[in-house]
Amino acid sequence: MNKTPMYLAALVLGSFAVAGVTLVAVTHAAMDQRILENARLAMQRKLEVIVPQGQFDNDPLEDRILVSNPGLLGTAETQVYRVRRGGQPVALILNPVVPNGYAGPIELMVSVLHDGTIGGVRVLSHHETPGLGDKIEEAKSQWILTFDGKSLGQPPPDDWAVRRDGGAFDQFTGATITPRAIVAAVKNALLFVKDQGEGLYAAPPVEPQSTKESS
Amino acid sequence: MATPRHYGEILSDGLWANNQALVALLGLCPLLATTTSATNGLGMGLATMAVLTASNGTVSLIRNWVRPEVRIPVYVVVIASFVIMVELTMQAYFYNLYQVLGLFISLIVVNCTIIGRAEAFASKNRVDRALMDGLAMGLGSTLVLTTLGGMRELVGQGTLFSQAHLMFGDAAKVLTLDLGEGFHGALVAILPPGAFIGLGLLIALKNLIDQRARRRVPRAVPVRAPTPTHAAAGSPGSAAA
Repeated sequence: MNKTPMYLAALVLGSFAVAGVTLVAVTHAAMDQRILENARLAMQRKLEVIVPQGQFDNDPLEDRILVSNPGLLGTAETQVYRVRRGGQPVALILNPVVPNGYAGPIELMVSVLHDGTIGGVRVLSHHETPGLGDKIEEAKSQWILTFDGKSLGQPPPDDWAVRRDGGAFDQFTGATITPRAIVAAVKNALLFVKDQGEGLYAAPPVEPQSTKESS
Repeated sequence: MATPRHYGEILSDGLWANNQALVALLGLCPLLATTTSATNGLGMGLATMAVLTASNGTVSLIRNWVRPEVRIPVYVVVIASFVIMVELTMQAYFYNLYQVLGLFISLIVVNCTIIGRAEAFASKNRVDRALMDGLAMGLGSTLVLTTLGGMRELVGQGTLFSQAHLMFGDAAKVLTLDLGEGFHGALVAILPPGAFIGLGLLIALKNLIDQRARRRVPRAVPVRAPTPTHAAAGSPGSAAA
């Protein structure tokens, strides 16, 4: 009974596709700036808690370099944000990835002050077991704060391990693998900074963060 | 199933009799995955409701134009467009909540509730009723999502609406209930099995209530019978129906 020509059906479907894409494009254009701004603000808030309050005057998000050291930092390409005051170096913020978490990679943010001590460590993303490994989140436990003020001399390099391995850092009840991996990754980040030295502050910054950060 | 006639019936269908989560058991993937807290459940529910209402309205508007042979692809295009719009809007206005729900917002596209209501209701009804159906079905799902999220959060973590400020701003912190530091909770509630157990309990509860209600009805019939003489003459079957 319904002998619709096929091209008519195709036309209907096609016009809906066009209408749908138009709507999405308009929404995207309207929201794009706001979304980018949100992402930037969220990143900024994360950076600000691990560098000394009011001790810097540049925008670390704009003063960024990319480094590559998969051995120490876990990924092919690692972001390093430089924090300065009056042009003088204050801290470096790295985001290494811990490849050997209990349930997949853990993304960290580590700030290393210019004197080689740690300004703070935060977990950006992880897949650890809720209730056990997720105590690495600041919201769940204070553990991640134990890194504050530590450096390669304090405790000595050999003590950069969890207590079960004879080191200076607590593990959690029921979860050793996660803290062990994070302690090792933070130590590696310190080693990387020590190894690269002032070169990290001197390197020219990459392009300001652009639209490709939005995804 | 007979099509409901008026708004009240559409509403009660969505909230109770044909609740998409408890009766139709549709959209379980996001339901089980995102209900780790009451706030997450509420956010997911509201996003689903927005898409469902918008897609129901659109599908109803175009119901006389779309050729039957391409209707399903057209619905999919309509739904996908709305989901992306909701997703972008969430990123723009509820960025933190989006960070939590992220992936599952895109998955609303494949939520069977939405295409199910488009095909079963919106394509056969006037726009106002299709919109009402979208709202009612969405509200029903939202209630289940929020309740399940609340149950899991309370049992597993000892809090309720713990991150409500992500969605409604700092004023919503008054909603947050905390049983205190001493409460360690049963972790299983937060883990995936907790979602299945919780949903099972909710379905059981609904069935129990329905059963109670059904048992009460036959007792009520003789009282309501208009004339005792006719009721006595009629067959028992008709009285019970």
